[in-house]
Amino acid sequence: MKEDEIIFCRSGGCTAKLGARALSHVLEELPKGPVDPALLVGYDSRDDAAVYQISDDTAIVHTLDFFPPMVSDPYLFGQIAAVNALSDVYAMGGQAKTALNIVCFPESMDLNILGRILQGGSDKVLEAGACLAGGHSINDTDIKYGLSVTGTVHPSRIWPNYGARPGDVLILCKKLGTGILCAAQRAGSASEREMSEVYRSMTRLNKDAAQAAGEYLIHACTDVTGFGLLGHLHEMMGGRCSCRISYAAVPKFQRAEAFAGEFLITGGAVKNRNYAEGFVTFEDTVTPAQQEVLYDPQTAGGLLFSVAEKDAESLLTELYAARYPARIIGSVCGRKQNPNEEILVTCL
Amino acid sequence: MITVDATGQVCPVPVVMTKKAVGSLTADDDVEILTDNPESAANLEKMAQQKGFPVTSQKLDERHFRVVMHVTAEQARKEREIPEPASAETACPAEHSRGTVVVCSSGVCGTGDDELGKILIKSFFFSLTQLDVPPKTFIFYNGGAKLTCEGSPVLEDIQTLIANGADVMTCGTCLKHYGLTDRLRAGRITNMYEIAETMTGAEKLVKP
Repeated sequence: MKEDEIIFCRSGGCTAKLGARALSHVLEELPKGPVDPALLVGYDSRDDAAVYQISDDTAIVHTLDFFPPMVSDPYLFGQIAAVNALSDVYAMGGQAKTALNIVCFPESMDLNILGRILQGGSDKVLEAGACLAGGHSINDTDIKYGLSVTGTVHPSRIWPNYGARPGDVLILCKKLGTGILCAAQRAGSASEREMSEVYRSMTRLNKDAAQAAGEYLIHACTDVTGFGLLGHLHEMMGGRCSCRISYAAVPKFQRAEAFAGEFLITGGAVKNRNYAEGFVTFEDTVTPAQQEVLYDPQTAGGLLFSVAEKDAESLLTELYAARYPARIIGSVCGRKQNPNEEILVTCL
Repeated sequence: MITVDATGQVCPVPVVMTKKAVGSLTADDDVEILTDNPESAANLEKMAQQKGFPVTSQKLDERHFRVVMHVTAEQARKEREIPEPASAETACPAEHSRGTVVVCSSGVCGTGDDELGKILIKSFFFSLTQLDVPPKTFIFYNGGAKLTCEGSPVLEDIQTLIANGADVMTCGTCLKHYGLTDRLRAGRITNMYEIAETMTGAEKLVKP
């Protein structure tokens, strides 16, 4: 473990998110203010982004995301932060149009590092087909970087993060385990080769996945990030449905389970478990290490679709053609009386 | 007692520091870990429980947690001997090691006479259900996709294998091609990515 790396990279990315439970307490206290019917998606649904309708056929998607580094290479960090921020627009079914940088950087540090971070962010914004239009930076003790992204979406084609319907099929587009693998890397246990696969995944835009899904009947979509797969599934069920997922079917990095078994996990995973465990039932055969993979906070994670069953197979084929390691991970059922049974996780 | 001061460190660093301390013990002893975040304390407690170290966890105040685990010399020796999780280059973890994978690319067994092949495939699947250790992974594609669908002569045996823990995957593109998507009666739908990954990761491929 190299000391300088730890200073640059303590526990970053989406693992640095405030716990969902703590956040809910604070948000519930805020006054709602006057209702504006043009605000199609706001605080209430805790969705990926806010959506505001400006005309019959256009709504604006607003989102903002920033975090401390989870990798020691500044250019890579910039790319990951941008992919993560842009992802919220794609998770709403929108197209990214403009982006603004958000920077916290210690003045005493080498400005070339900042340059590399911004270069990484800029490259991904361009790849997304959006414009980098400005930003804001402040002097701070620790590095943080992210973007505020604005996009557009047709008001009738918004994908909410809740809204899954019984009979839907759940598809996850990227592998789980970025939090665990980055933790294992900090502990000196993960190899360069396996980390390069993780980095490729975290720098992959969700744009093509969203585009592939544009043709199909998507009832709900979110990007799996800080709250882990189970936390995001809980939000997707929206208290109106339940689901059944198969651990074996969930795409995950090869050694994520092995590292989780050695407790190379993040503090974020503990928070995620506290938040979601009241809604989850694991079959006896699902091991504690496997549970950790499902609670692992993801940085720049994949899109999670709840899609009409008739479209599931075609969507899966298109996602695969777009080179995402997408899998059908389970299906949506009716609401269960017992909240514990909202998410049932089977081994196979 | 030895003390590990993990104040200011976040997961997984406190775990790594604790494992190192446990591995350094040569006699029965207590290991005390100080941390400033409840997540690390919870994680350390879970680790101790899983490894069979008697453990107590105290919250001193909002930012101070003290976890004490008792470790025997024998447990410390074992901890030193635990290898790092096998590297991706040399081995697969249990999760990914699919062991024997059975691949059915047609609805019959072997080539030659398909009428014979239909009879053979029935006895092949029945035989699998009779093995002491039946395979746990099955892939069906192209004509093989018909075997997991309504009307398949081996459906019952496949369902028995599933009941015994088998993961049965059928190529979704193939189901669609044969118009069988609604008639899948055993296992789950998969895609070529998973098929390729599973087949290349198999210890042994079996093709009837």
